[in-house]
Amino acid sequence: MSYETILVEDVANIKRVTLNRPSALNAINDKMGEELLNILKQTDKDSRVRCVVITGAGRAFSAGEDVQGLRERYGSGTHPSLGDHLRKKYHPIIQLIRSIEKPIIAKLNGIAAGSGASIALACDFRIALEEAGLKLAFVGMGLVPDSGSSYFLTRLIGPARASELIMSGRTIKAPEAAQLGLVNEVVPASELDRRVNELAERLANGPTKALGLSKRLVNRAITVDLSEALEYEAEHQDIAGRTSDHLEAVNAFLEKREPKFSGK
Amino acid sequence: MPAHILVEFQPPIGIIRLNRPKVLNALNFEVLKEIVEALEAFDTNENIRATILTGNDEAFSAGADIKELSEATPVDLILRNQFALWDRLKKTAKPIIAAVSGYALGGGCELAMNCDIIVASETAKFGQPEINIGVMPGAGGTQRLTRTIGKFRAMEMILTGQSINAREAEKHGLVNKVVPRELYLDEAKKIALQIASKAPIAVRLAKEAVLKAFDTPLEEGLQFERRNFYLLFSTEDMKEGMKAFTEKRSAHFKGR
Repeated sequence: MSYETILVEDVANIKRVTLNRPSALNAINDKMGEELLNILKQTDKDSRVRCVVITGAGRAFSAGEDVQGLRERYGSGTHPSLGDHLRKKYHPIIQLIRSIEKPIIAKLNGIAAGSGASIALACDFRIALEEAGLKLAFVGMGLVPDSGSSYFLTRLIGPARASELIMSGRTIKAPEAAQLGLVNEVVPASELDRRVNELAERLANGPTKALGLSKRLVNRAITVDLSEALEYEAEHQDIAGRTSDHLEAVNAFLEKREPKFSGK
Repeated sequence: MPAHILVEFQPPIGIIRLNRPKVLNALNFEVLKEIVEALEAFDTNENIRATILTGNDEAFSAGADIKELSEATPVDLILRNQFALWDRLKKTAKPIIAAVSGYALGGGCELAMNCDIIVASETAKFGQPEINIGVMPGAGGTQRLTRTIGKFRAMEMILTGQSINAREAEKHGLVNKVVPRELYLDEAKKIALQIASKAPIAVRLAKEAVLKAFDTPLEEGLQFERRNFYLLFSTEDMKEGMKAFTEKRSAHFKGR
């Protein structure tokens, strides 16, 4: 399938998805929403993909929702339901990013604003350029944070700091974001590609099933109490324990060598 | 030999798997007949103490076979009398555990609700979408769903045709336990084996009494329970059970 608004590359078990409307700072128009959803659905079903990297072309990660498209919709006379717009366009994307049982890295090559920030925050890892930043730009448009940003942000940094970022709408640069735990790692421009590739390769060569199952645990951990969390872990350990990668890891450990994971 | 289901003997449990994957285990007269016959065979097999009813990972059953139904007249339906099969299902004496993954819709949801315990995969979806095709649930959905999750939620599900997911179903009491999708059958087996280790006649009479709770006023229900309770005192298993308890050892039940 050929895409208009995204670039897709498959390199050694890693799926690289680049938001590709650089002249619009990778603003997410409806086409991009469709294509992003489509590639994520494919990725979910493709067992050859063991790690995903999402990034932006040009100097921004993504400026968020395409406002031009919004204005066109208002101009037509009827007031569209923004809630329905979110449910149709963004919710499936965000849900998939969390449910795809493979590690997903947001490679922050530049600013991630609005729903662009939501997408970045939904990913498992964020590696950012020093100059990159996150901007909860919603209130500036008289809107509320959406596409999961209120949820992910508050979980990541707590209500006090989340409120500050949401209500001020300010851009938080990568170094400060890293300090708060919003970003995993900050690197100089010359290092971004290398660092992300390194991480992606390591993850792509990892025990994919265990990584994916861990994602289920992390997704649920905050919402349950200790007994439920322990039970959930035990259930998933039953599943992980039956994988070939687990057996390989045990053998490798006892044979004092590096394990070679197949992702099964 | 059943054509639409797979039957496994794993004493002390039996497993019935719906096997029409291409049609998401849609229920037609034949499938139901095979399920009922398998359950009746298990009921008379002294080596089986509990049964698991399941589909596949994608679907428990997505409902009735629309093709079979779409040309039917009321007279056709009366003469075919497939609800007689559902009546026989209801008479299964031994416990049935539904292991539900994926779709349990329409007749599939009703089939699950005919069971005694429901274990669901995280991926399970329950619904009564009959309203979408111009009919309504006919195999107990309006009765069992309402008794289980209450009038208001049942009304919404039945009148809008909207499904609920496994965790919602658990919250509303429709499902006993939700487990990761890889484990739903294992969990059902665990429960089935637990029940299979108890005194079989006590299990049978207790199940009967629990089912009576819906049909009768409290006073009558209490009388029914009491009579079943007294009956158990004529069993060897009752003597063994109480002896084992006082001797601080595990009981060995024979089903007598």
